[in-house]
Amino acid sequence: MIAFATLIERLTLTPGRLAKLALMRQFFETESDPDRGWALAALTGELKFTAAKAGLIRAVAEARTDATLFRWSYDFVGDLAETAALIWPEGASAHPPSLTEIVETLSKRGKSELPAILTGWLDASNADVRYAILKLITGALRVGASARLAKTALADFAAARGHAVAPDDIEEVWHGLAPPYTKLFEWLEGRAGPPDPEDAPVFRPPMLAHPLEAADLAALDPAAYAAEWKWDGIRVQLVATRGGKRIYSRGAEDISAAFPEILDAMHFHGVLDGELLVIRDKQVAPFADLQQRLNRKSASAAMLKNFPAAIHLYDLLFDETQDLRAQNFAARRAHLETWFDRVRPQRMDLSPLIPFSSIDELAGIRAGARAASIEGLMLKRLDSPYVPGRPKGLWWKWKRDPLTIDAVMMYAQRGHGKRSSFYSDYTFGLWRDDGELVPVGKAYSGFTDDELEKMDRWIRNHTVARFGPVREVERGLVLEIAFDAVQRSSRHKSGVALRFPRVSRLRWDKPADEADPLTALENLL
Amino acid sequence: MPHPDSWLCIRPEGLYCQPGDFYIDPVRAVPRAVITHAHSDHARPGHDAVLATRETLALMDVRMGPGQAGARQQALAPGETLRVGDVDVRLAPAGHVLGSAQVVMEFEASRAVVSGDYKRAADPTCAPFEPVACDVFVTEATFGLPVFTHPPASGEAAKILASLALFPERTHVVGAYSLGKSQRVIALLRGLGWDKPIYLHGALMPMCEVYQSMGVELGDLRPATVAKKAELAGQIVLAPPSAIADRWARRLTDPVTALASGWMRVRQRARAGGIELPLVISDHADWPELLRTCDDVGAPEVWVTHGNEEALIHALTQRGYRGRALRLIGYDDAGEVAA
Repeated sequence: MIAFATLIERLTLTPGRLAKLALMRQFFETESDPDRGWALAALTGELKFTAAKAGLIRAVAEARTDATLFRWSYDFVGDLAETAALIWPEGASAHPPSLTEIVETLSKRGKSELPAILTGWLDASNADVRYAILKLITGALRVGASARLAKTALADFAAARGHAVAPDDIEEVWHGLAPPYTKLFEWLEGRAGPPDPEDAPVFRPPMLAHPLEAADLAALDPAAYAAEWKWDGIRVQLVATRGGKRIYSRGAEDISAAFPEILDAMHFHGVLDGELLVIRDKQVAPFADLQQRLNRKSASAAMLKNFPAAIHLYDLLFDETQDLRAQNFAARRAHLETWFDRVRPQRMDLSPLIPFSSIDELAGIRAGARAASIEGLMLKRLDSPYVPGRPKGLWWKWKRDPLTIDAVMMYAQRGHGKRSSFYSDYTFGLWRDDGELVPVGKAYSGFTDDELEKMDRWIRNHTVARFGPVREVERGLVLEIAFDAVQRSSRHKSGVALRFPRVSRLRWDKPADEADPLTALENLL
Repeated sequence: MPHPDSWLCIRPEGLYCQPGDFYIDPVRAVPRAVITHAHSDHARPGHDAVLATRETLALMDVRMGPGQAGARQQALAPGETLRVGDVDVRLAPAGHVLGSAQVVMEFEASRAVVSGDYKRAADPTCAPFEPVACDVFVTEATFGLPVFTHPPASGEAAKILASLALFPERTHVVGAYSLGKSQRVIALLRGLGWDKPIYLHGALMPMCEVYQSMGVELGDLRPATVAKKAELAGQIVLAPPSAIADRWARRLTDPVTALASGWMRVRQRARAGGIELPLVISDHADWPELLRTCDDVGAPEVWVTHGNEEALIHALTQRGYRGRALRLIGYDDAGEVAA
């Protein structure tokens, strides 16, 4: 548990991706089974305890300490688990429980035994381990490393031992595995072949597209490509096998529980690629509506009624157990259309193909598409197999030209990691009719390193107030902001929110009072 | 026997000893001052007569410039007694930084000890704290909450070396207060076998030179400011806490940012400061040390100068001591992040 406690502390505080990978790889190398497997489960969110609640921690800690001192300490530290971990008297014993012992004990013992068990563990541990135990058993382990990053670290771990395993290879078997993943580590260490997921509804890494640049466009042969709308929802994979049904996000997250109506409509065996959207009366709703349904553990009756979910299908990866991914797009599309006619699943339809004969014609279609639900076009080579990852030259995304506004910088915040000495996150605002500048969004990309340095200098020289890491600046710098869409928002004072805002140009030349009014955005709604 | 209440009092200038007619660590310029240690919140410029240890006077001279650290200086060696007015004054090591001392005052068989800042943990760069039995003990309470227990400092310093082993190409920049903390971190690293050059921010070098001239071994120290960027890859650089995440640090290669401070015990402090490698190393007593020290000196009455006095007094009361908050202002240890 000591190594795990160290790992989560460093992961929490380390901003760099490569550094996080190195920390995880080193952990998998130095720890043994089954501890490292349980740790992997904790990092990927597969291991969640809910047995211990805040009340239990408070009770156990107050039994060991003075109630007044505990309260003052909690006021100072601000986090209950951390307060309990820090205030716990340091004991002489140095044999903290292993992660395996914790997992096994919690699965076997009843709730009433928990206070005594927890007290024993805390007595045997140092402050870092106490913190890790308390965070782990309350299900609040947040380390700032995604499940995908952990799988990338596993691939690095295998590579360091001379076994070429891609993160996507791990992804393909992942959802057929269970903690503590001993078969997985056997494979990664070259002691066994890849685990067989059998009938489990595993995730297949999706095929992704490259943004289409002007140079690529010129080289494009229109006859070699099919075109589709690029819908503004979230990309999902529907998997139904004898072993179960799942809806996965693009990042392999299981989001089935949030979309029961889709799960109910999956009366087939196969793997489909599609876009999850909110669709009312056959009209695709803006992304903000879909957002109401995301990141939830379940969906209420009201949610299901007001924000009904549906799928636009793009591709068929498996029909029953037949793997179609090696076939080309044209063949898969034909198979998908036949399949759809036969199965007729509820809440799903085919994302239509857009007929075109020249790139110019396609450009016209792209320019004419103003519906909020459409981000642009997708171009897919007719002869392309379904390749996981982002292969070059097969699929292109050709987004609509972004919209732009000239906004005024209001606040600047320091960045993280490499940008920690720079003010790199900017809140910008537009003028309201009454002359007040109201914030409409935040941007932290779209500028060069040189421009970042210039803005950093300007911000330091034009600060009017400081709030911790945030500086309020003079209303003197106009930023041209590019964005994909505008939505209504009750969370912002301005009443609007931007989708994908980024800085497209610095308008050093433009006086702040000539920046755009808020009505410029409202007119786009 | 007169209670120290009757001869030690708080004035706007600071803690005043009436029968000796001097102040201890006054926050304004005064005619006669006794200085416990050379940190800028305790040692201020412009006093007329200054009494302190030889080391403290040397450090004050370097910090303030010639003539600023007292028009008349008098050094008092630990253990020697000096009669000042009607009071016997003696300095006893406080274990805080080089030269730091407690002020032991005896007036008509009543004894008070003003500890200044102190710690009990081992520190190769200064003499250890000496408990002195007394009637009134005046203590700090910087870490006056039971959440503060400093782990062994060498284990914390070892985290730098473990991180260097994992990230051998990255510069490890350690934020450490220029007087006391940095020299202790350097000595800890040397004790762990790190014999490569250690690179220093310009503000740290003069203090290290005083330490070296007083016989504290710190090994090969070089200015970071003139070193080439590539030269610093995989090296340890020390800088004041204010510099590690700001423009000064841009000269470093993909740095791992560490900070040596007792406040690093609380994760949120590390997170808010963008610290990647928090090191719980402090030159102040932690909570168990504060309580243990009150037991060791056996004073029935404890006065608390600065820090979290409320909690310490609460705990002392439970242990049968009379506790009293002095609420001295002006002691913040140069921004609390560094403590």
